[in-house]
Amino acid sequence: MSNIPNNLRYRDSHEWIDPTQDPSPVGITDHAQAELTDVVFVDPPKLGTQVSAGQQVCVIESVKAASDIYAPVSGEIVAINEALSSDPGLLNRDPYLGGWIFKIKTSNAAQADALMNAEAYRKHIG
Amino acid sequence: MVPFAGWDMPVQYTGIVEEHKAVRQSVGVFDISHMGQLIVSGKGAEAFLNRVLTNNITKLQPGQGQYTLLLNNKGGVIDDLIAYRTSEREFFLVVNASRIDADWAHIESQLTKDDDVMMANASDFTAGLAIQGPKAREVAAKVFGSSDSFPEHNTILVTMTENGPMWLCGTGYTGEEGFEFFMPAETAEAWFRKIVDAVKAEGGVPCGLGARDTLRLEMGYPLNGNDLSEDRTPLQAGLGFFVDLNKDNFTGRDALLTQKTAGLPDKLVAFRMTGAAPPPRPHYPVAHASQIIGEVCSGTQSPSLGTGIGMTYVPLSAAGLGTTLEIEIRGRRFPAEVVKKPFYRKPSV
Repeated sequence: MSNIPNNLRYRDSHEWIDPTQDPSPVGITDHAQAELTDVVFVDPPKLGTQVSAGQQVCVIESVKAASDIYAPVSGEIVAINEALSSDPGLLNRDPYLGGWIFKIKTSNAAQADALMNAEAYRKHIG
Repeated sequence: MVPFAGWDMPVQYTGIVEEHKAVRQSVGVFDISHMGQLIVSGKGAEAFLNRVLTNNITKLQPGQGQYTLLLNNKGGVIDDLIAYRTSEREFFLVVNASRIDADWAHIESQLTKDDDVMMANASDFTAGLAIQGPKAREVAAKVFGSSDSFPEHNTILVTMTENGPMWLCGTGYTGEEGFEFFMPAETAEAWFRKIVDAVKAEGGVPCGLGARDTLRLEMGYPLNGNDLSEDRTPLQAGLGFFVDLNKDNFTGRDALLTQKTAGLPDKLVAFRMTGAAPPPRPHYPVAHASQIIGEVCSGTQSPSLGTGIGMTYVPLSAAGLGTTLEIEIRGRRFPAEVVKKPFYRKPSV
């Protein structure tokens, strides 16, 4: 069973965001990391980049494939998780805490409300 | 599941790295039912195949096999395959799934009315499993009830059953000890279950296409479609060992001799990423001395080495060991160096 915390919001492309924090951390779900397995490289976004909701912002690489990561909301990338550059496996081991990928300072808080809640995401991944 | 040569095949069962490590350390089983099997027989089969394939098939005794190539007239690779002599007048060819039809057409087109040869395509009614890893022998003993049923490297054992023939081949695509087992398709599921149980009892796992690719690439084995094509010769691919230029004429020989005299335009080399980098993947541009000189043919993250590895065709001036290359990944260039094959060597015990 995939772990899907109740306090987060989810995109259909398997990113999570924690809108209760400002700036908001973003990562990939437990389900996504289990599907990818063996993350070996995280190509992070550039600090200070302005992104729009749904825009491709960075790439994570597993042995299996390269996967695009999309911004759940619009805003500015204000932090990236440096720990992932030396230990990309954190994404597999701890997808919701140590494995956050970047933090975004959102310019439109309503966008997070429009994302899936835990229950909707659980249905989405079936 | 992914489409592969007309088949739906699993990329992984539990995870590429886990499956890869199982094969290096204990044993894994792969479904290789997609692969093709052609049977060429008759009084003229040996002479005919020696004219069509690059390796010297007359060297095979019944029960022996060899890696060999099927070339076009330009010397380009139509397919790489294993040819076994199953009896004095019968040969069993194991070919790539994506090339079954092309191989058949090309081989058939070279038959003349003077050739006393019959051809059969067993691919559709034959399934296959590859059992690979240091514990493959134990799996064979358990499944077949006897250690005599393990085919030594490059040999074949044929058994007739009520459902049709079974072929046990001492080959693989992983660099580990093991065998490939081809059987009547209707018996495949029962065999798969039985073998998976035996594999798991030895600490192994079923493996998908993903691990098959990382395992073969760590050994520097070429994959048809990635590293081999009809536009390049086996000499360029570094497979000259499997081409007998001294035997009588075979298809592609003249082109190879011409190329040998003129010099190779490029050559397949192995490279390894030298710093932290995303895994190199097929079709990424390859640069040398700031110029793009080609693209990645095969590339992946090596689970055994923990770095990116790959193969690419480069001009001879950039083919020397230690030459610096750059792999362009999403617009950024990451350094790599030309290294010796295989990438992975078994730790000596």
